[in-house]
Amino acid sequence: MTTNAATVPDRTEHQKVAAMPIRRRFELKRWVAAAIAILVVLSVIDFLRSPGWKWDVVAANLFSDDVLEGVSRTLLLTVTALACGTIIGLLVCMARLSRFAALRVMALAYIWLVRALPIMVVLLFIYFLAALVPTLGLGIPGLPALFEIETKHVVTQFGAALLGLSLYFGGKAAEIFRGGYLAVGAGQHEASHALGLSGPTKLARVTGPQAIRVLIPPLANEVVTMFKNTSIVTVIGYGELLTTVQKVYAQNGETIPMLTVACVWYLGLTSVLMVGQIWVERRFGRGFNRRVNFKAQDTGRADS
Amino acid sequence: MNASTELILELVRVEKKFGSFQALYGVDLSIAAGSVTCIVGPSGSGKSTLLRTINGLESIDGGAIFFKGELCHEEVRGGYRVPVSRTKSREQVLNFGMVFQSFNLFPNLTALQNVMLAPKTVRGLSQSEAKQVAKEHLARVGLGDKLGNYPNELSGGQQQRVAIARALAMQPEVMLFDEPTSALDPELVHEVLEVMRSLANDGTTMVIVTHEMNFARDIADELVVMADGRIIEQGAPREVLSNPQTERGRAFFAAIGEQHEKQVS
Repeated sequence: MTTNAATVPDRTEHQKVAAMPIRRRFELKRWVAAAIAILVVLSVIDFLRSPGWKWDVVAANLFSDDVLEGVSRTLLLTVTALACGTIIGLLVCMARLSRFAALRVMALAYIWLVRALPIMVVLLFIYFLAALVPTLGLGIPGLPALFEIETKHVVTQFGAALLGLSLYFGGKAAEIFRGGYLAVGAGQHEASHALGLSGPTKLARVTGPQAIRVLIPPLANEVVTMFKNTSIVTVIGYGELLTTVQKVYAQNGETIPMLTVACVWYLGLTSVLMVGQIWVERRFGRGFNRRVNFKAQDTGRADS
Repeated sequence: MNASTELILELVRVEKKFGSFQALYGVDLSIAAGSVTCIVGPSGSGKSTLLRTINGLESIDGGAIFFKGELCHEEVRGGYRVPVSRTKSREQVLNFGMVFQSFNLFPNLTALQNVMLAPKTVRGLSQSEAKQVAKEHLARVGLGDKLGNYPNELSGGQQQRVAIARALAMQPEVMLFDEPTSALDPELVHEVLEVMRSLANDGTTMVIVTHEMNFARDIADELVVMADGRIIEQGAPREVLSNPQTERGRAFFAAIGEQHEKQVS
């Protein structure tokens, strides 16, 4: 072949090239992006240094008794609404996936309501429920109730807030749970059937853990949303963080510093939630991790 | 097969429809205890569907399935048949161990946990007993050193062997294999077939849907050829291969390059 003659003297050149170290390619875009980032950081620092912020007032109020009381109430509301909402979500999700059409239709109607109505409207509605139905009872419509209680005893400010947020979170969570369930392949159900696993065992050991892995990111998103939605409760006057802060600045007139106090708490607590999310994702990523790591290694080499 | 062998599984005029598509047209099939039955046939012939009706993964639309002379998956109530309760269904399914084309291991559990799960939660063995059983079966399929590995850390052949161990650990009376080597790279097929061969030598009753004709000829006591939802050929493998009774059967063997005249000589 004619190329052979040319190939032989090239060999040493090829060896030399093969021995050269590999470096990152120079890209102007990278430096432009970095410059923009630095500019943004400087602007933000400049903005935060404006005297209107009154950081001394912020610092003085960040851990004041009133604010801490508000924070604890926000956390209490978040945790209880999360617990109740998760239970509602699981029940609605099971109904939505049921073999029985009656349950499916009820679940769908519930999800439709939660999606259609703004959370603030729901909260106000529940809070003023006593005006609509003075007593709440359990029984068949048209017959005397088995059990009855006056609405105003249930629907306190906290009760209304808890009810509204749980119902809302439950509707959102139901669809997230369903998404996780559907993400588990048919083969897993078939293998569980073939081994004679009972429904609860299958859920606890096979389909559940696999679904959780998939549903953590959207669920964490929804948890953070609900945590922040607690601030909407201010419309019915329950004394959570934002309501407390509003009360304080109504008295001392330090509007911006007090809102900043609220922001710092929301930012801090959301960060804690996100750390929690990372931990849970690791825990349920077992058996799936290796492929992810391989990918990270591959792209890592290709990119840098 | 000798005359004294007892029937363990009997399919009588089994029908299956998927919507308007009829997958099985009244299939009759008898399986003797301790025998190996291989089902072959072109894609869409209904062989996987037939296998899946046996352990109730597919409900049937007509006919009946009997295990050791007893009606399976259904019970008679006043001249009608109704599906059995879920509890009963779970009991009946334990007569059969199933190995799938795509393994269907539980990816969130290690090899050991995959095999332990059902003996522990369904058979009610203690943690240490279940572990012992699982270790024995994983050792039997040559994976005694892979106990702690997750499925995605194993090769396809290893995963399928874990799946076989998982099914065996429940001590089923009949093992069902649904194209166990079809998803494997060619060099990994051998290790799975070897495990199956050793099971057959130990006298396990096996029903195998496969495309591995050489394997089927070697191992099968009974070779069943299906096409279009019907059994078209049935008998000892050498007879079926050397002397297909139907045009369809001859066409199938020709298409898969099975030169039966050569094989026999």
